[in-house]
Parts: sequence; structure tokens; C-alpha cells
Amino acid sequence: MTGVPVIDAKGLGLTFQTGDGPVVALSDVNLAVRRGDFVSFIGPSGCGKTTFLRVAADLERPTSGSITVNGMSPADARQARAYGYVFQAAGLFPWRTIDRNIRLPLEIMGYSKDDQNARVARVLEMVELSGFENKYPWQLSGGMQQRASIARALAFDADLLLMDEPFGALDEIVRDRLNEQLLDLWKRTGKTICFVTHSIPEAVYLSTRIVVMSPRPGRVTDVIESPLPAERPLHIRESAAFLDIAARVRDGLRAGMGDDV
Amino acid sequence: MSAAIVPVIAIWLGAWWANTRLSAWAVSGWARLLPPLLFGVTLLVIWEMTVRVLNVSPILLPAPSAIGARIVSSTAVLREDVVQTFFRGALTGYVLGCGAAFLTGILVDRVPFLRRGLLPVGNFVSALPIIGMAPIMVMWFGFDWHSKAAIVVLMVFFPMLVNTVQGLAATDVMQRDLMRTYAADYRQTLVKLRLPAAAPFLFNGLKICTTLALIGAIVAEFFGSPTKGMGFRISTEVGRLALDMVWAEIAVAALVGSAFYGAVALTERVLTFWHPAQRI
Repeated sequence: MTGVPVIDAKGLGLTFQTGDGPVVALSDVNLAVRRGDFVSFIGPSGCGKTTFLRVAADLERPTSGSITVNGMSPADARQARAYGYVFQAAGLFPWRTIDRNIRLPLEIMGYSKDDQNARVARVLEMVELSGFENKYPWQLSGGMQQRASIARALAFDADLLLMDEPFGALDEIVRDRLNEQLLDLWKRTGKTICFVTHSIPEAVYLSTRIVVMSPRPGRVTDVIESPLPAERPLHIRESAAFLDIAARVRDGLRAGMGDDV
Repeated sequence: MSAAIVPVIAIWLGAWWANTRLSAWAVSGWARLLPPLLFGVTLLVIWEMTVRVLNVSPILLPAPSAIGARIVSSTAVLREDVVQTFFRGALTGYVLGCGAAFLTGILVDRVPFLRRGLLPVGNFVSALPIIGMAPIMVMWFGFDWHSKAAIVVLMVFFPMLVNTVQGLAATDVMQRDLMRTYAADYRQTLVKLRLPAAAPFLFNGLKICTTLALIGAIVAEFFGSPTKGMGFRISTEVGRLALDMVWAEIAVAALVGSAFYGAVALTERVLTFWHPAQRI
């Protein structure tokens, strides 16, 4: 919990210039993500949660303030392959098998053939997809595709995982299962995870910290430290402590919306 | 005369009925080939009978049997013509034209300045009338197949260029972002993402160009050629009223063109098996 924060944002702002005039996607965001944290970003659409992740990943440039990733600028961190990014859709290449999809970042980053084989086998086992390496993405279900895309982000040595609503398109049952697996993965690998979601139970269930955001302009309205234990069976979601945090998140979201709703 | 046509109509109706039954029964495997085969055979039989029964002049329309006999008796000439027109003229021009268009497409995609400058030029070149360009190419490159290959290059360049440029733009934002998060360089993104994603477009261009190439090579021979080649043969045999030879050349050209298209389509099927249009 000591040392340089993995992500450190100070007075971060981003304004998009659109045809309808400027849109403030992020305004004065101050946030430090500590090593080993599981941080969820929750808020309605337009609150800038995805934008924050994209800024950290150097997919967008901030227009004010500063942000560092592993103590470096996001651009340097990207060049140093400091993070793995999981998108809303699996985004697997249909012309590659699952094995070769997971191998893609390893090929680009120049890992040796033997190392590639070992890593692919390891992450496939982690996401419980062993035996599916020679299938093509379109032969798998949506949940399996998303697991493969997580495996792809885990395959190389990045200790930061940025996940942008990775389970948003999946049904409740698959989602529960993947949430459980993700928590297990996080505990086993000790990675720092930033997780964007618009589901309150998902955020509370997964996170050590919950960042509540609100739109127009996109800003952080509350940061909640979760008192839940590290060991979280699915039924913890019916416990009083869980419901307390969920209520606080909901209040935060409602307050942030102001008169808009 | 009207009574003589009755058996032709009878065969037509009979084959129609048989094919309706056949296509309902033959739904899988090689049997699926039977209905189109029967259709083709019926067409030939009706053609043959009509020509014989109505005593059609062989100059207007020779019977299929006469065309077949001509193909058999002139195999050597036809083979020489195919080698000259297809393998030397069309195929060389096809490979050079499509290859050049592909490389230009990559360059155009890389340099926005060229996209604005070269695409209109490509469009302009493709709008040049082939019958105007063919004599000029003969002046430049001589009577032999080289001038025909040059015409084919002009014909196939633009469709292939447009398909390449469009194909290279066929990746979605998320896929490009993904490569960016890996800090992949231009070459890696091109080879591992953009070219595979462009493959369906590239094959579209390649398929369109197969028939364009053959047509271009044949027509170009009308404007000067050595005493061989399919276009040369067609133009001289028409002058001698040897229409069965013209039909023989047409039949061979259609066969060669279809086989060429089929080969490219088959390659596409093997290489882009992952595309929704190709999945079985």
C-alpha cells in the first residue's frame, strides 16, 4: 500500500471540442489508485468514467491537470506496456484462434516462442478456457469470448488491468460467474484493477474502493472505501454491510444527478 | 414448321418438370449439382434441336454440336490463343495491375495527401475508353502481348485500388485502440490487423478484376496483334464468316474466365473462412 500510486490524477480535466460546442468530459478529477487496489468507477453515461480510463491508457489526451501511470506519463506507460486493457466488447480477431488471439500481444511485444506457449497455457487455465485454444471466437459464447479477451490482457507482464464495462453485454447469470472468477483472479495475481461499470451490485461486490462519478461536467462525487472482507462469496450481496455500501453508492449517484432526473 | 417445334417444347416442359422434382429431392452433397447440370444439358439440347428443326443458318447461330466439333478439330489453335491472350496478356496484366494497385493502396492509406491526389487520378485512368487506349498501347509496347498486358493494367488498377483503400479502412475503432494499447508500430498493425481485416475487400477486387482482365486482353487484340490470340481470331474469323470458330473462341473464353474466377473465389474461401459471408 506504500510507494508511488499506480494511477495519480491531479486536477485532471478533458474537454472535447464538438460541432455543438465544447463538452466537458472530465473536470478537476483528483484520484490516486494504490497498488493492489480494485477500484470501480460507477456513474451514469456521460460521467466520464470511460474517459478517465482512456486517459490513463493514453487513448485520449487530457486538456488540463496531470496524470501519471506508474510514475510515468500515460504515453510512456503505454510504450512501456504498463497496462492491459479490456474493452466493452471482446474484440477478438475472427481470423485468429483463441490461442493466437491471446498470443497477439505477446507476438507484438516480442516474447520468445517458448515463453508465449507457457503464458497462453497459463492464462487459458486461469480463465477456464483450456481445451478451447483451437476454436475461433465466433464458435464461442459471448461470456467465453469476454473471458478470452481478459486472458489476452493478462498474458503479458502488466500489473495494471483497465477494464471498461467488460461484462456490460452479458446476462446476469454469466455476469455473476465472471465476477466471481475476476475476484479470484485479482487475489491470485495481485494486479491493480480499474473497473468501469454502471451496476451498483457489481461495483460493491468487486471493489476495495468505489469511485462515484456524475455527469455534466464529468466529476468524482464520492470515493467509498469498502469494509467488506477480501473473501467474498456471492451471497455476501445479501449481507447488511453490503447493502449499506450499495445504499451509499446509490445516494451518491442520486445527489450527483442533481435536478437532471 | 410450327408442328416441328412441338417436340422441342415437349422436351423443355419435360425437363422443367423433371428439374422441379429433382431439386426437391437433391438437397445435399454432390446431388445438389444435378439440377443445374440438367438445366445446362436441356438448354443445349433445345438449342441443337431448334437449330436443326428450323434450319437456322450456321452464320446466324451454329448448333452446339458444330461448335463442339470445331473446338475438337481446332484444339491446337485454341490452345495457342489461350496461351497468348490469357496466360501472357490477361494474367500478366492482372498480376502487375492488381499488385501495383495493392501497393499504391497501402501508400495512399499511409499518406493522406496521396489519398486526395491519387484516387481522382485512378478514377480518371479507369474512365479512359479502352478502344482509345488500345491503339496507343500498341504504339508504345508493340504488337505482341505486352501492349495487351498494359491495357489490362489500366483496366484492373482502379477497382483494385478502391477495394484496397476501402479494405484498409475496414477495422473498427476498438481493434485499432487495442493495437495502440500494445504500443504496436505501423507495420505490426498493418500485418496483424489491417491486412487480414481487408482481405474480404481485397478478394472482392481480385474477383471483379478476373473478368475485366480477360475482356480487356481480348478487346485489345482487335487493335493490332500478332496472328494469334483470342481477340485476333474472333475478329478475323468473323470476317471470313466462320462463325463456328467465333463461337468456339467465345466458349473457351467463357470457360477460361469462369475457371479463373473460380480459382480466385476458392482461394478466398480458404483464406477468409472466418468472414461471416464465408462461414458454412
